[in-house]
Amino acid sequence: MGTTPRLDPALATSPDEDASRQVLGPAERRGDQVFRAVSRGAAQLILLLLAAIALFLVWRAFPAFQANTASFLTTTAWFPDQDPPVFGIAALAFGTVLTAAVAMVLAVPVGYGIALFTVFYADRRVGAAAGFITDLLAAVPSIVFGLWGLAVLQPHLGGLGQWLNTYLGAIPLFRNDSGLYTKSILVAGIVLAIMVLPTVSALSREVFVRVPATHVEAALALGATRWEMVRASVLPFARPGMVSAAMLGLGRALGETIAVALVLSAAFDVSWQLSEPGGNTFAANIALKWNEAGPIGLSALIASGLVLFALTLAVNVTARAILARRARFSGGAA
Amino acid sequence: MTTAPVQAAPATVARTARTADRQPGARLVTRDLSACYGGFVAVRDVNLVIEPRAVTALIGPSGCGKSTVLRTLNRMHEVAPGAGVSGSVHLNGQDLYAPEVDPVNVRRTVGMVFQRPNPFPTMSVYENVVAGLRLGGTRRRRREHDDVVEEALRGAHLWHEVKDRLRRPGASLSGGQQQRLCIARAIAVRPAVLLMDEPCSALDPISTLAIEQLLASLRTDYTIVIVTHNMQQAARVSDTTAFFNVTEPGGPGRLVETGPTARMFTAPADPATADYLGGRFG
Ligand SMILES: Nc1ncnc2c1ncn2[C@@H]1O[C@H](COP(=O)(O)OP(=O)(O)O)[C@@H](O)[C@H]1O
Ligand SMILES: [Mg+2]
Repeated sequence: MGTTPRLDPALATSPDEDASRQVLGPAERRGDQVFRAVSRGAAQLILLLLAAIALFLVWRAFPAFQANTASFLTTTAWFPDQDPPVFGIAALAFGTVLTAAVAMVLAVPVGYGIALFTVFYADRRVGAAAGFITDLLAAVPSIVFGLWGLAVLQPHLGGLGQWLNTYLGAIPLFRNDSGLYTKSILVAGIVLAIMVLPTVSALSREVFVRVPATHVEAALALGATRWEMVRASVLPFARPGMVSAAMLGLGRALGETIAVALVLSAAFDVSWQLSEPGGNTFAANIALKWNEAGPIGLSALIASGLVLFALTLAVNVTARAILARRARFSGGAA
Repeated sequence: MTTAPVQAAPATVARTARTADRQPGARLVTRDLSACYGGFVAVRDVNLVIEPRAVTALIGPSGCGKSTVLRTLNRMHEVAPGAGVSGSVHLNGQDLYAPEVDPVNVRRTVGMVFQRPNPFPTMSVYENVVAGLRLGGTRRRRREHDDVVEEALRGAHLWHEVKDRLRRPGASLSGGQQQRLCIARAIAVRPAVLLMDEPCSALDPISTLAIEQLLASLRTDYTIVIVTHNMQQAARVSDTTAFFNVTEPGGPGRLVETGPTARMFTAPADPATADYLGGRFG
């Protein structure tokens, strides 16, 4: 990569290197040089931007850290503007992770299923149509999902919540002591699941179509059924990509704001009971509290944003790293 | 699923696989076989008899439909998008394209080895060999598997080279070893027929020699169909040779002539065969 083609070492070190260059032509064409410079510049700019954002968040969050009289990480209350200020992210972190987890549990299997169906099972035209429709979900604005969750989904989930409470109530996740089934983490999780579905299915579909035909044929020619072929040839090859697809979906679920802000009841508690009202997330809390916050309040919200930023960055970087490792691996033997 | 039609049929494809243990090999007969990709007819009206326990070589210039014909014999052709088949292929008298025949069973009876070695990259040598046995939900004992692995690897002339590294990834073997691993994988399920599509074209001369010797020993147990673009190879390994050619430009490939290999190479009936074998085209 990027090595200058040279005839022999003597020529390369000779004083009239320019002459040899003219014989051999330029090491790299002008277009390649420009492209390389632009893409490297863009990458550096993005890194710089990320660093600037992190720096900005730390700087603006600093007053809140100084003023806080409670533990920032373990407190489940949010009173930054009272005297003395008391606030912490425990409830936010819990709610964020729990809603995202519910969304993942629902969206990941369905997303993989849709992708497998469109690539390996469906007639080509049906598959393309199904993939297209799933992708369209990505074009629906968040606020529409939130409104839909409130107006359409929520009224229908009371029955599900009651059913879960009746038959699976022994498990804390599904128990409901309040008799109320609205504004719950379950509703938010389902809305989020639908929102991240296109991410998961589109990305895993891209991985599936890249499974080499020779691997697929190896299994089929042995007398594998479709599903056996998927297990023997597709899944081992696609696993890292599938994990990344899920992680990128998770990144989206963690950061989603407006739909969750609409659906959740913004309570500051830590409760495992999915179908009861309550729960809150970083993003929703920021959206709901921003306008009424005082100076320390704003700073505290930014501090919580910093944590969310770190969380989503970690998830995305992990996803990319898994993909990159795979790219190196399959560039070699497979 | 009712049992009645199965009992009514004289020999199902699945049963052929088991009877192959006792009477190895099976006769394949194609009748007016044509195959297309979308609107494009790749081969037309192939009438070919493939004798059991012999090696049949399909030769001809590139693009004349050898691979296509081969893939119709185990119903792999229909895996390609838009692919279609007309005519019939009979295996020991049973029509492989009859509506009640499951292509999955056909492929268990008629094994296939591809041009490029394609062991499952995440599986070990051992797992690759038993991959076919683990299909179809059949559960076997470990010892049974061990025996099959050794037998299949010996059959593929690979046992001595890999017996100490059965747990290593199949992809860690050399190209020639990988191809013999693929042959072991194919014969581990005891098919009646073995199809090979230019199995040596990606290999070095020494590996090619190893596979040609292997063919000579497999010949006694299997019906073997091999596609090759190497005429010397066809002359060395095959009992029967079938010559395919495209007669009009852009038209379908056709079976020009078939016969005992020795006669095909010394006294071909068709001038095109003589020209091709004489190296005047292709
Ligand atoms: N998957 C495919 N889709 C469309 N056309 C194909 C496909 N595979 C092969 N063909 C065409 O069918 C003809 C026969 O191909 P093939 O059977 O591979 O020939 P051979 O193996 O003799 O070289 C060629 O014209 C080729 O271009
Ligand atoms: Mg071919």
